[in-house]
Amino acid sequence: MTRAFKILTFQGSVLLAGILTMSVVADMAKAAPAPPAAAVTIGNFTFKAPVLTVKAGTTVTWTNGDDIPHTVVSKDGVFRSKVLDTGDHFSFTFAKAGQFGYFCSLHPHMTGTIIVKA
Amino acid sequence: MSEIEERRRDFLKCMAWAGTGALFAFNGGIGSSIGLDQALAAPLRRTTATPFTFVQLSDSHIGFNKPPNADARATFREAIAKVKALPIQPDFIIHTGDVSQLSRDEEFDDAEQMLKATGLPVFFVPGEHDMLDPDGGKAFLNRFGKGSKGAGWYSFDHKGVHFVALVNVADLKPGGMGNLGAEQLKWLAADLAGRPSSTPIVVFAHIPLWTVYADWGWGTDDAAEALKLLARFGSVTVLNGHIHQITQKVEGRIAFHTARSTAFPQPAPGTAPSPGPLKVPAEQLHSMLGITDAMFVRGHDRIALIDSTLTT
Repeated sequence: MTRAFKILTFQGSVLLAGILTMSVVADMAKAAPAPPAAAVTIGNFTFKAPVLTVKAGTTVTWTNGDDIPHTVVSKDGVFRSKVLDTGDHFSFTFAKAGQFGYFCSLHPHMTGTIIVKA
Repeated sequence: MSEIEERRRDFLKCMAWAGTGALFAFNGGIGSSIGLDQALAAPLRRTTATPFTFVQLSDSHIGFNKPPNADARATFREAIAKVKALPIQPDFIIHTGDVSQLSRDEEFDDAEQMLKATGLPVFFVPGEHDMLDPDGGKAFLNRFGKGSKGAGWYSFDHKGVHFVALVNVADLKPGGMGNLGAEQLKWLAADLAGRPSSTPIVVFAHIPLWTVYADWGWGTDDAAEALKLLARFGSVTVLNGHIHQITQKVEGRIAFHTARSTAFPQPAPGTAPSPGPLKVPAEQLHSMLGITDAMFVRGHDRIALIDSTLTT
């Protein structure tokens, strides 16, 4: 957030100063909004948001709070984490709308779904 | 008692419950098993038939270092020391999986080196913790699965008993439990075909081949197909790990048995929010000292399993 704020501030000053061309300003405006983020905690052998709905472009981060390792594996091969030991995390950015089922490949009764809306 | 002595005693208590294994004896096709500590205290009686024994170790989780066991290597070493001290040395050891905690080379290597100290052949099947290298189990297979097929299954014969090693931790399906898969079941059918029904069979795999507790995934989805193939045999013993506690069941002529871990206990089915390690308070360790004995007794054509604990 701090970085995004700095970019915004910088962009504002750039606009006021009128030093850069419009095309450069347009590029910077695209980069300015903070990328949407969401979190899923793993605890007690469950994904603590079994169904999570996010906007396209959201980066979802899973963090393992168990003292047993887990993985986060897409049912359709879209994403696959390495093994997550205690405290480890894995992130994936959902660029497109859709429904993404996933599970833990060590404990496959652990399942979850990310619903991505455009 | 000095503080150091108290700590030592607590440590040894911890060893006593965690450093476990089960000893199996075959006597004319009748399997029996007793705890290692009991075997040390009361050597097996010799009978007219030539017995042979083997030891099952399970769930060593080398690399595990969290409560209730800060050093799973130490407890595994203790289990192995008990094997070496047996008055009748087993012909071999089987390890029913989760050799390592995270499939790291140093974890596999330490387990291998410790087991080498026994001087005994060791037969392995992988647990899900042994499938975590980037290649999905190759590190385990390269080291412990030479000559095996598929994800690591194989069979061998020993003194008239047919041993079948199955893998039910590969290619697990979302929402499912353990899984053998069509290829392995086909191999099993061919492996058993033509063997006389009087052949004693021992099957070993990591996850139980019967559903102990579906909510925690403690079972194998397609186990029924394997058990169908085994049903015609007069004596079948199924040895599993994974759940870090003794459970037993007899179904027809098939006796099922799960072994304790050498690393940490897990809760009884449904008695905790999750199947994570049972964080046993030090003062309660006493009630969990020793190991659980299991004895296979065959009456008529049926094998029954009777378990008892060292504390009782």
